[in-house]
Amino acid sequence: MSTRVQKWILSGPPLLYLLVFFAVPVGIMVVASFRYAGEFGGLAPLFGTGDPDEVAGLTVESYQRFFDDRIYLELFAKSFVYAVLTTVACLACAYPLSLMIARSPKKSRDLLVLLVILPFWSNFLIRVYAWMIILGPQSLFTRAFNGLTGAFGLEPMPLLFSPIAVLIGLVYVHLPFMVLPLYANLEKHDPALLDAAQDLGANAWQRFWRITFPLSLPGVYAGAALVFIPALGIFAIPDLLGGTDSMLIGNLVKQQFLDARDWPFGSVLSIVLTAAAILFAGLAAWFGRPKRA
Amino acid sequence: MALLEIRNVTRRFGDFLAVDDVSLSIGTGEFFTLLGPSGCGKTTLLRMIAGFDAPDGGEIVLDGQSMTDVPPEARNIHTVFQSYALFPHMTVADNIAFPLRMAKCPAADITPRVKEALDDVSLAGMEKRFPHELSGGQRQRVAVARALISRPKLLLLDEPLAALDAKLKERMQLELITLQKEVGITFVYVTHDQEEALALSHRIAVMNKGRVEQLDDPPTIYSFPKNRFVADFIGECNLLDGTVASQAGDAMTLDVPGLGSVRIVGSPGGSPGAAGTLALRPEKVSIGRELPADCANRFHGRVFDYLYTGDVTLYIVEVEGGQRVEVMLPNSAVGRSSKFFEPGDGVQVGWRDDAGHFLPD
Repeated sequence: MSTRVQKWILSGPPLLYLLVFFAVPVGIMVVASFRYAGEFGGLAPLFGTGDPDEVAGLTVESYQRFFDDRIYLELFAKSFVYAVLTTVACLACAYPLSLMIARSPKKSRDLLVLLVILPFWSNFLIRVYAWMIILGPQSLFTRAFNGLTGAFGLEPMPLLFSPIAVLIGLVYVHLPFMVLPLYANLEKHDPALLDAAQDLGANAWQRFWRITFPLSLPGVYAGAALVFIPALGIFAIPDLLGGTDSMLIGNLVKQQFLDARDWPFGSVLSIVLTAAAILFAGLAAWFGRPKRA
Repeated sequence: MALLEIRNVTRRFGDFLAVDDVSLSIGTGEFFTLLGPSGCGKTTLLRMIAGFDAPDGGEIVLDGQSMTDVPPEARNIHTVFQSYALFPHMTVADNIAFPLRMAKCPAADITPRVKEALDDVSLAGMEKRFPHELSGGQRQRVAVARALISRPKLLLLDEPLAALDAKLKERMQLELITLQKEVGITFVYVTHDQEEALALSHRIAVMNKGRVEQLDDPPTIYSFPKNRFVADFIGECNLLDGTVASQAGDAMTLDVPGLGSVRIVGSPGGSPGAAGTLALRPEKVSIGRELPADCANRFHGRVFDYLYTGDVTLYIVEVEGGQRVEVMLPNSAVGRSSKFFEPGDGVQVGWRDDAGHFLPD
């Protein structure tokens, strides 16, 4: 069998899967975004019966609505800020952790990685509910937090249903997605490089900044993409942990489809979100591309 | 005064004594080699000199200053690692400039110095290449250039030629000798390859089980090994164990079971009745149906097997008593190049009475 045929056989199933469950739905969504909303939800017919009162056919009015009202772009900007903060906070937490795991004895590394992915063994929503208890007004955590801020003369404030709660939830949920690619990268670093750098006069900080960090960039980009993209579209965490002011773009999409029953507008929002995600995934792939053959 | 003093250095790993009370003194400009089999402690000693490991006892002194509390980055000692450890994300120029940048060398000085360093190792014009774009020999040169550019007092080389093929190895050996002469920096070279050690070094410390067995210049090490281990480790060697039968002046007779009486001249040590070993290099043994007249020791035997290596052939001859003797015959010897002995051929082996070196037990 030629390698060409082999290639097609091997890449066939995933290709088919992506075609049916990604490309086709995106196509349906693109078409939906140009249609009218149905009277009772869903979509208005594509081909009218000729009745002058009937709404049918294609339109760009959902796109006009998105770009006319600044509020939607502002919501996008706000979601973007949350996603960036989440990514940065995840990176700040995950880097030392990954480095610690990668430099611990080989025997204990697998166990430590297992501990990182341990939360996946329980349901996502249950874990978020747990945070509602942790961040609740009577919790030890909240009281300790307010006690600490009180020591600096700040008024006590509720944590739950606040932007801080949303950020904490976002970072908690996405942290493993940053740790795993970072660890996978750092674990492969040749320790002789650090010895060489030290031997040639580099102190601990210089060894990190000149050797470890630049070599870890592909892992940083991969982790950033894995955190940023889902964080940009998430709705469950702002729903559960956020207050009335914590709505993000994901909540709006969900609202358009389920509550407002405006499928075309929901599709427009989804398309913009998908485009943003593809853009960032592309950027991450470009920056993280292997530079060595 | 010696540049590097290793004073009674000991290093233990659990119960294992990796370096056992080693004292060495290495002079400025010397090409010094630590030679030994794997696990002999040479690499541990090198890591302690570089500062990656600390002795459990003893002291390392560089240029009169104790290195005990000096971390590797602050020691004026650079290392060429066995894997070269070139930084894969940096170009050749950036790799070589690394020590200068760490030493806060002015940027204007860096470019010309890097260029000069590349010229020194015949890699001119390779500045913009990445390590993965270089051949093994080129990487090795970059590693050497990088370690030498800031002119350390001492250069440590940890089996730097181990990964190269035989031909390239030989060329790099010559280059290293030339380079060391040019820069005048003291080299401490670690290897398990005795030929490499003999070819490169001013002095060799042969190590075994954490101790220095012998410290001498290459000809002395080769011709006058101090003990069985050194004789056996350096080159091919017949080790003929026996008992001293008689001794008069600097001549003695050694009774070797399975061989017979062997006359030895010019080797000190050994009174009658003492056990000892005659270390005899195969190239000092003659083989033939007729032997040169000066062979004081002669034995009849049969060729057991031979190893043809191009320039020489190594014959293993079993003498009548049963002892096997290795004989090296240059294939260039007149009249011999086309006339090999075959296994089973009856031959004589013999050597001069001053050919071997007696090692008392």
